Amino acid sequence: MTVIDAPPAQVPDELTPQRGRWHRVRPFLPLVALVVMAILPYSTISLPGIFEGPVNSPGTLQLLAICLIFGGLAAGYDLLFGRTGMLSFGHALYFAAGVYGTDILVTRAGLPLWQAALLTITGGTILAALLGAVALRTVGIAFAMVTLAFAQVGAILVARDFGGLTGGEEGLPLDVSGLPAGLVGVTNTVNLYWLALAYLTLVVFVVHRVSGSPTGRVLAGLRDDERRIGVLGLDPYRYKLVAFTLAGGLASAGGVVYVLIVGGASPHITSSELTLSLLVMVVLGGPGTRWGPVLGGVLYMYLDHRLTAFGTSDAVDNLPAVLSHPLSQPLFVLGTVFILAVYFFPGGMTSLAPRLTALTRSLRPSPRR
Amino acid sequence: MSTVILLTLTGLGLAALYFLVASGLSLVFGLADVLNFAHGLFLGVGAYGTWWAAGNLPGAGPDGFGFVFAVAFGVAAGTLVAILVELVLIRPLYSRTIEQVLVTVGLSLAGVALLQATWGADARPFPRPDWTRQVTGILGAQVPNGGLLLIVAAVLVLGAILAFLRWTRYGLVIRAGVENREMVTALGIDVRKAFTLVFAIGGAAAALAGALGGVYFGTVSPGQGGSLLIFAFIVVVIGGMGSVVGSAYAAVVVGLVQQFVNYYGTSGLGDICVVGLLAVVLLLRPQGIAGKVATA
Repeated sequence: MTVIDAPPAQVPDELTPQRGRWHRVRPFLPLVALVVMAILPYSTISLPGIFEGPVNSPGTLQLLAICLIFGGLAAGYDLLFGRTGMLSFGHALYFAAGVYGTDILVTRAGLPLWQAALLTITGGTILAALLGAVALRTVGIAFAMVTLAFAQVGAILVARDFGGLTGGEEGLPLDVSGLPAGLVGVTNTVNLYWLALAYLTLVVFVVHRVSGSPTGRVLAGLRDDERRIGVLGLDPYRYKLVAFTLAGGLASAGGVVYVLIVGGASPHITSSELTLSLLVMVVLGGPGTRWGPVLGGVLYMYLDHRLTAFGTSDAVDNLPAVLSHPLSQPLFVLGTVFILAVYFFPGGMTSLAPRLTALTRSLRPSPRR
Repeated sequence: MSTVILLTLTGLGLAALYFLVASGLSLVFGLADVLNFAHGLFLGVGAYGTWWAAGNLPGAGPDGFGFVFAVAFGVAAGTLVAILVELVLIRPLYSRTIEQVLVTVGLSLAGVALLQATWGADARPFPRPDWTRQVTGILGAQVPNGGLLLIVAAVLVLGAILAFLRWTRYGLVIRAGVENREMVTALGIDVRKAFTLVFAIGGAAAALAGALGGVYFGTVSPGQGGSLLIFAFIVVVIGGMGSVVGSAYAAVVVGLVQQFVNYYGTSGLGDICVVGLLAVVLLLRPQGIAGKVATA
């Protein structure tokens, strides 16, 4: 009767997205950004203060490539943290598996790059599936601790240098003699930059497709209310394992590109600090959003590199020691910003724009009233 | 035989260090559901506080009563930092577990960077009384005194915490809160005071671990807390969240396994065995040796 004919609930005005001037262009913005990023190496603009040399100098391109890799890593990690609500503290392990796996297979076993890359990504994915199968028997904080412990094993294995494979504390420089010529040498940094851009595009595409699929909706459901997903007859364990494995595979693929860019593996990438910084990137950018983690990752790595230069600059050195010493530590600045972000803008950078529009609108006299 | 005794006692020394860190973590986690990544920072503050006091504070020094005074200063500094962290940073976020973890993560990054900015990244020689550098002969084994000091301190702390939990009113509130926090709140008891208290106890124990760990290792460095913290987490999970006695058992098991396997197997294998042990415990008995279910 009336129940069937009941009109759909009115959507409040403030919930319908505002149609800005650019709403027709908006869907194409990522594509435009991709094209701009792709042709960036052809420009010779120099941005003093932002980059040390011109944009297409090898140093700047390498920094940009590292930033892009970490943008992709953060987007992959967000598949766990922001979209499924799993707090993993062991994501560095799969990235490190990609880095060290490629390095060892190329340098120690002498395999061609494509075989090494394929084997490493497969291996990294299987590793994530196996460890995830054990770790996902726990949930919440216990899950965080268990993944942390697994990642610690990776760090120990690398640091103790079993069988002389990993080079221990000194790391393992990549043997470039067997690599394709286009990926070797300072003049070819631009190719590595494009490779990093391709990796970032791939991760964003995969995460976007997964979160839009029915599986992605189940993952979002797990984040919001896991018990309810169980009541609906779906097995939370399986879906979480899928997300964990996929994120692990994406991270190891990132490791493959990273080792090419940096030209070797060093043990610090296995440390739990890397996972913690991934977490910081995602939270600063905006967990569960498409562009937030990417922005967060790119900005974090950029700041991490540039704050070191900033910390040793004259402006900071002239400050009293109480201020200048902490400011010369990038992690101090980033950690403090992170704590402030958790309190004052929990949605990350992507939540700033809507908040600002709301603020400006409330300040402006509204014609509707 | 003397090797076995030596390994047992040094393993117990390591276990004592783990217990001092893990007991506070376990209590904080059991009562307030906070996974405290900043616990390593309390340890660092304790270690650097002691180191600073021994060099700069009048009356304190590297020897005799002056050293006791320096350690007391370090412990007081660690406790103070722990209380401040609880009051200023954690308290506004209660019942929002993920945000609390995030804040403690940020704090551990920023805090360690601050220690590094103030005193440099390199390890510093730790002031310690001469007798801690020597060894004592026990049943033919030459055991370093620093390790024995850790064992004695850990046993004293264990006794003190247990006595406090058993025979005082606040101990009762904490024990009841670990069992069922909602019920304690419903009875009209302000359980948040107990949160501050467990943070203070945990901070004091961690700072003591930092000071005595400095004596044991002979050096102090900003990153020391972080590497200990991971094994302390493992101890907490194996022992069972919220159980001090469970943490003590688990610390002994972890310390001994690590020491023996590292000696008889390859170096580093012991650490991996410990993580394997963690996986086995989680698969067979997710609530740990003694404690509430970790998956809650």
